[in-house]
Amino acid sequence: MTSRDRVADPFLDDAVPSLPPPRRRVRLDRSPVPVPETQGAPTARVRRRGPGGPERMRVEGLSVRYGDNLAVKDVSLSIHAGEALALIGPSGCGKTTLLRTLNRLTETTAGAGRGGRVLLDGVDVEQVELTALRRRIAMVFQQPNPFPMSIFDNVAYAIRVQNRKRPGRRELEPQVVDALRRAGLYDEVAGDLDRPALRLSGGQQQRLCIARAIATRPEVLLMDEPCSALDPRSTEVIEDLIGELRRELAVVIVTHNLAQAHRVGDKVAFMYLGDLVEWGDADQVFEAPRAQRTRDYVAGAFG
Amino acid sequence: MAVAPPPPVYDPPAPLRPAPRGDTIRSWRWSQRLAFAACWAAGLALCAVTLAIVVYMGVRGVQYLNPKLLFSRPTPGLQQHTTGGILDPILGTVILTIIGIAIAVPLAVAAAVWVVEYGKPAPLARAVESGIEVVAGTPDIVIAIFGLAIFQLHLFAPLSFTASGGGVFGRSFIAAGAMMSLIALPLVFGAAREGLMSIPMHLREASWALGKTRICTIRTILLPQIRANVATGSALGMGRIVGDTAVVVVLLGATLQLEPQGDVPILGNLRGTGSTLTSYVYGASPAGEGNAPQKAYAAAFVLLLIVLTLNFVVDLLGRRKESLA
Repeated sequence: MTSRDRVADPFLDDAVPSLPPPRRRVRLDRSPVPVPETQGAPTARVRRRGPGGPERMRVEGLSVRYGDNLAVKDVSLSIHAGEALALIGPSGCGKTTLLRTLNRLTETTAGAGRGGRVLLDGVDVEQVELTALRRRIAMVFQQPNPFPMSIFDNVAYAIRVQNRKRPGRRELEPQVVDALRRAGLYDEVAGDLDRPALRLSGGQQQRLCIARAIATRPEVLLMDEPCSALDPRSTEVIEDLIGELRRELAVVIVTHNLAQAHRVGDKVAFMYLGDLVEWGDADQVFEAPRAQRTRDYVAGAFG
Repeated sequence: MAVAPPPPVYDPPAPLRPAPRGDTIRSWRWSQRLAFAACWAAGLALCAVTLAIVVYMGVRGVQYLNPKLLFSRPTPGLQQHTTGGILDPILGTVILTIIGIAIAVPLAVAAAVWVVEYGKPAPLARAVESGIEVVAGTPDIVIAIFGLAIFQLHLFAPLSFTASGGGVFGRSFIAAGAMMSLIALPLVFGAAREGLMSIPMHLREASWALGKTRICTIRTILLPQIRANVATGSALGMGRIVGDTAVVVVLLGATLQLEPQGDVPILGNLRGTGSTLTSYVYGASPAGEGNAPQKAYAAAFVLLLIVLTLNFVVDLLGRRKESLA
């Protein structure tokens, strides 16, 4: 409206009735542009919550190989409820492989082998029935990948047992709405839950994927670079959402974006060439890294 | 009197950068111009050939086609006005196509799902794929003769007519339909496989990560996605079945009328023999014994209409898929 106001002059209205709005605002004074004030540290947006809750998952001496290629070497760490663990490291260092091992998705890759143990609430994930395990350890992928169905069906599909048609829409509606609300999407799509999910924007699709993942009330949420395909605005929304979600579940997030890891991560684990180099509180890893490789990576020396 | 207002703050939009000079045909080399002309010529020639066939068959067909011909049964006779119409060949075409595609689609989709989604052991999957390629490359007359050898076994006697001496005739709608399904199967298989392979892996993983089994993922996520592919493949397959002559002549008996075997209404027809439009055209043309070129033209026109309709359906299904995505 501001550009229109300038043209809406009583003497000018007839002369130039339909001038296009100017493309950019022109500064008439030549004084230097004021630098916008920085709003605190870049990591201040998501407040840290102190120590997390009880231990949910424990990884003990985990190694994963694809054929002859050892992708993850002897990694041990623990994942606590109520906090977000950020996995950082250069490309191809085994972050995603580690993440996918937690819900046994590496098994679907041909030639993958696993050593060591992954425990969920003290029980080896090998001993939990696969479908039940994956309902307790949900996952969000790098690319927003809603199914080609309606928004409602996308979430309902996650709740229903395998491919049953029951329970029907009426019984599921509260759960679906609740999941969409927790994912911060409900207000935007409330009018029409029957819209095809693929018509949503990229950020909305990713939040729909999160809604789908948390619809079954999982204990752990795995996120594989959930923001790398999104614009900064959607990224911010999703980071805030992660900050909310980690109150009730354990979040493990893989990211290439160090600032993001600092913002959302309570704990940070740095991996390099399959090794877990350093693992600790986010502030410690970023501000007082113990290992030289971490120091170089955090400082942007390689990656 | 008011003072003149200050000049409005307005900056004109920045002028667009001129578009770079495109490469026009003037800047091309002669070899490129020649290739360009050849592409145009090839496309136009193809259009001309298609148009010639359709127009010629259309003119001939409309000339000889009339409702009486469409809705009366063919009968043997010496005079042309006593030999009736083409109702039975049309019905035969429809029945045979339905049988063939009903057998081919489940087999082909199941095979494609197995090859793409499971495919273990890998050598077996490769063997299945190359086996289907071999079937696709086999001449239809070979498939027909093979089918005759199979369906003349005593094991398959219930599927066709048994002569008084105990010999199995081996020719029936079921026999021909089963062999016709082999002709349509590679097309449906190929389309379903392409459809499955075009679905990105992360969509499957998304479903698995929600705790769904492979079977559930295939049924609820993958199969609905390849519906348009399968529809396209089966429409193409139906076109092949409709247009095939060798299997009809060898395995359907190519009798002028539908000849049911036994008293059961529908089963009798399936066990019995008949003809299709292709075998009718062959029989009625100067090459066959009927020597009724006018009826051959009319029947050929109907055949062309059916095939064109199927092509149109293929096109429609393909578009619907695009609009959904």
